[in-house]
Amino acid sequence: MTAPPLAADPVLAAFAEEVGATDAVAVEGARTRWAVGGAVADGTRLVKAPTGIVRHEAEEMIVCVRAGTPVAELAATLAQRGQRCALPDHGGTVGGAIAAGENDLLVLGCGTLRASVLEVRYVSAEGRLIRGGGPTVKNVTGFDLPRIMVGALGTLGLIAEVILRTNPLPATSLWAMATDADPFAARDALLRPAAVLWDGTHTWVNLEGHAPDVTAQLALLGTVGRFAEVQGPPPLPACRWSLAPGELRHLHAQQLGGFVASVGVGLVHAERPQPSRALPPTVAALSARVKSNFDPTGRLNPGRNPGAR
Amino acid sequence: MKRRFSRQGAGPDVALVADLVAAIGRDRVRNDSAERALLRRDASVFDDGVAGPVCFPGSTADVQAVVRTALRHGRAVVPRGAGTGLAGGAIPLGAPVVVSLTRMNRILDMDNDARVVWVEPGVVNLDLTKHLQPLGFHFAPDPSSQQVCTLGGNVANNSGGPHCLAYGITNAHIIAIEVVLPDGEVALLGGLEAEPPGYDLRGAFVGGEGTLGIATRIAARITPTAPAVRTLLMSFAEVRHAANTVSAVIAAGIVPAAMEVMDQRITQAVENYVHAGYPTDAAAVLLAEVDGLADGVDIDAQAIAQIGREQGATEVRLARDDTERMLLWTGRKTAVGAIAQIAPDYYLHDTVVPRAKLADVLAQTYEIAERHGLIVMNVFHAGDGNLHPLLLFDAREPGVVERVHVAGGEIVKASLDAGGVLSGEHGIGVEKQAYMTLLFTDDDLDHQNRLRKSFDPDCKANPGKVLPSGHSCADIQMLTAVPKGMWV
Ligand SMILES: Cc1cc2nc3c(=O)[nH]c(=O)nc-3n(C[C@H](O)[C@H](O)[C@H](O)COP(=O)(O)OP(=O)(O)OC[C@H]3O[C@@H](n4cnc5c(N)ncnc54)[C@H](O)[C@@H]3O)c2cc1C
Ligand SMILES: Cc1cc2nc3c(=O)[nH]c(=O)nc-3n(C[C@H](O)[C@H](O)[C@H](O)COP(=O)(O)OP(=O)(O)OC[C@H]3O[C@@H](n4cnc5c(N)ncnc54)[C@H](O)[C@@H]3O)c2cc1C
Repeated sequence: MTAPPLAADPVLAAFAEEVGATDAVAVEGARTRWAVGGAVADGTRLVKAPTGIVRHEAEEMIVCVRAGTPVAELAATLAQRGQRCALPDHGGTVGGAIAAGENDLLVLGCGTLRASVLEVRYVSAEGRLIRGGGPTVKNVTGFDLPRIMVGALGTLGLIAEVILRTNPLPATSLWAMATDADPFAARDALLRPAAVLWDGTHTWVNLEGHAPDVTAQLALLGTVGRFAEVQGPPPLPACRWSLAPGELRHLHAQQLGGFVASVGVGLVHAERPQPSRALPPTVAALSARVKSNFDPTGRLNPGRNPGAR
Repeated sequence: MKRRFSRQGAGPDVALVADLVAAIGRDRVRNDSAERALLRRDASVFDDGVAGPVCFPGSTADVQAVVRTALRHGRAVVPRGAGTGLAGGAIPLGAPVVVSLTRMNRILDMDNDARVVWVEPGVVNLDLTKHLQPLGFHFAPDPSSQQVCTLGGNVANNSGGPHCLAYGITNAHIIAIEVVLPDGEVALLGGLEAEPPGYDLRGAFVGGEGTLGIATRIAARITPTAPAVRTLLMSFAEVRHAANTVSAVIAAGIVPAAMEVMDQRITQAVENYVHAGYPTDAAAVLLAEVDGLADGVDIDAQAIAQIGREQGATEVRLARDDTERMLLWTGRKTAVGAIAQIAPDYYLHDTVVPRAKLADVLAQTYEIAERHGLIVMNVFHAGDGNLHPLLLFDAREPGVVERVHVAGGEIVKASLDAGGVLSGEHGIGVEKQAYMTLLFTDDDLDHQNRLRKSFDPDCKANPGKVLPSGHSCADIQMLTAVPKGMWV
């Protein structure tokens, strides 16, 4: 055994102890996504995940962080050494962000949250500390537990600590906006925009990279519309719609209310909620087997269903 | 006892074969000894497989029919792409029905808004990229075996390649998979939508090494090909200097598209083979590539060159044009082919270590090989710490195979001691099952098994792989008891 057992870390051991092995339990983060997947069942005991940044190894492009740490604190620490990660910073915790599984607005630039979780350390329904994945940026060692924990809303395991991939912060980053541009043409004109947003009238783009490249891309956008630099993205309506990118060509304002769509991604921030979609039966059956294998007694975050959003 | 069937094409498993033929047609089922023998092994050093009947389905419905027929006969199935796997993932254990996906090789619809192309699993990796090139796109994962390996194999092994440093490995490039589950049901995992609801079953399937079902349609992300590319070749008098350059580049905030290192022995072998213009007197060469827009790639290429010089590069060469660039890459990608000149047999290892430990672990590989009287060559994805020590030997030499395995085990342990992992891209298969307990506790492995069993409760999909003995679907002793009426 090369790595010391997780239980040798008193912080992780204490969290496992607190989670225990018997009653209904869920992790309470900053409650910014508390309603996702339904309400937690009455009588469920709430626990807090441990906090703190364990280590940031910029030259290995990894950070090991406790799940209860605010995403903002993580982002500030990474920035000190010129790096960032894929977690959205909107007031939540690291564990909550991973359990919710939402990508950052700049997902085309900073990568998906799912791909950024390299190793996950969680407490199982039996109260045991489990490690999945590995601490290196590349790793195919066995079945991919980190993937199944992302977006699972803590229904398969309660996340105590993770190792995330980090990336260098871009040298330059700017937002530009136009009122006369086809957002799809804007997307096609750019090599690697970090975001292309569209509210039906305005198109915003986020460009990042070396300064001369950003300038060149901005000039190129002149063929698509009259883009001018702006402070940042527009305010985002509260509800998230998950669509295929092609569907953005046929959005219905009456269904969505006001919206800001992420072109090339398919995510739409809208005033009205997306009607919930049932999983196809075979996928639902497979998901139910996953749940019952990981949490046979259904004690982890009862009431919440990652498939219902 | 050996038994041979004289009637051509009949072979053993008469009832099973008859049902398979009824299900998918005579021309899609082979049961002759030549075919079965051919599919006993893959590109790994393991050759103790026993194949059952071999099926060549042409559609998802065919795959489903094969899986259901096998299930009725109580037989397992093993999916197979091009058989280039290096961990023994496609080796049939216990005479399962072999499902070769090579005839499902059509490139289907492309969705420009989603930047996705749907393909069948038998599409060859490089064929996909060639198909996309005129459109200005490519499929980013580029294993060195890309001329032959299939998308289905790439998905099952979560394969990598030189350019996965910046672009990410296969999992980041697959957004939906149609799968025939081990119980014969068809499920679409993931989807084109931004954030598909529910558990990330797609993510879990990728890297499942054929034990979670059979991929029959794959939605692969297509990547716009960057207009500007700069490729640098740097020579070093010590392997350590090359490794340190890699760490220093990342520490400087540059993530190149690729950073590959070759040591002197492999460089000489490659140079003899392809005449790419590699310096044969250097202890190590580092191939670094940056891509993007014209100004940025120049800024990064200059910074990398500067770092290389600071770390002691004896020569820094920038590929002048596409021809020179392609030549440098051809050399790198044919490295394994080139070593066939030197020794008849090789064992290609695959571990990952933290970049900062690259130099130390490399030094250990040389020491380990020397102690066991073997030749080791190192050619590897240095950017992400992914080592590929190649042990060369001649299997006819008595006792050498045992030495190779012992040396391989020591290399794996050295990598783990340095804080690394068992595999960066080849997977576990049968090769590294026994090492899994070095990295994971019984509880960890139990949870991996829970994931596997959710897909395959009855151990009918590629049994005997990935998880070590003691976990369900791992012990194939009972399976290797050759079925009745079977020749060996
Ligand atoms: C573009 C964008 C904009 C956003 N804007 C907003 C916004 O305006 N307002 C807002 O509220 N959010 C916003 N978010 C989402 C939010 O930032 C993250 O999802 C957040 O980090 C959730 O963390 P939390 O601590 O608040 O989770 P919580 O809401 O506390 O928990 C969410 C769920 O995860 C579970 N959970 C939490 N921690 C763990 C753990 N350690 N282990 C297992 N399960 C756990 C909880 O039980 C719960 O079911 C935005 C996200 C994006 C991408
Ligand atoms: C010279 C050489 C160089 C290589 N270089 C690299 C490299 O740079 N990077 C790298 O990652 N690998 C490399 N490999 C390893 C290998 O090529 C990859 O693992 C490749 O992805 C395997 O594809 P395949 O089609 O040959 O699959 P196979 O070997 O046929 O099968 C591999 C695994 O996938 C499963 N499988 C196949 N098709 C399906 C399907 N449709 N559904 C479900 N499961 C399926 C099989 O059961 C098996 O477990 C190299 C191999 C060689 C021989």
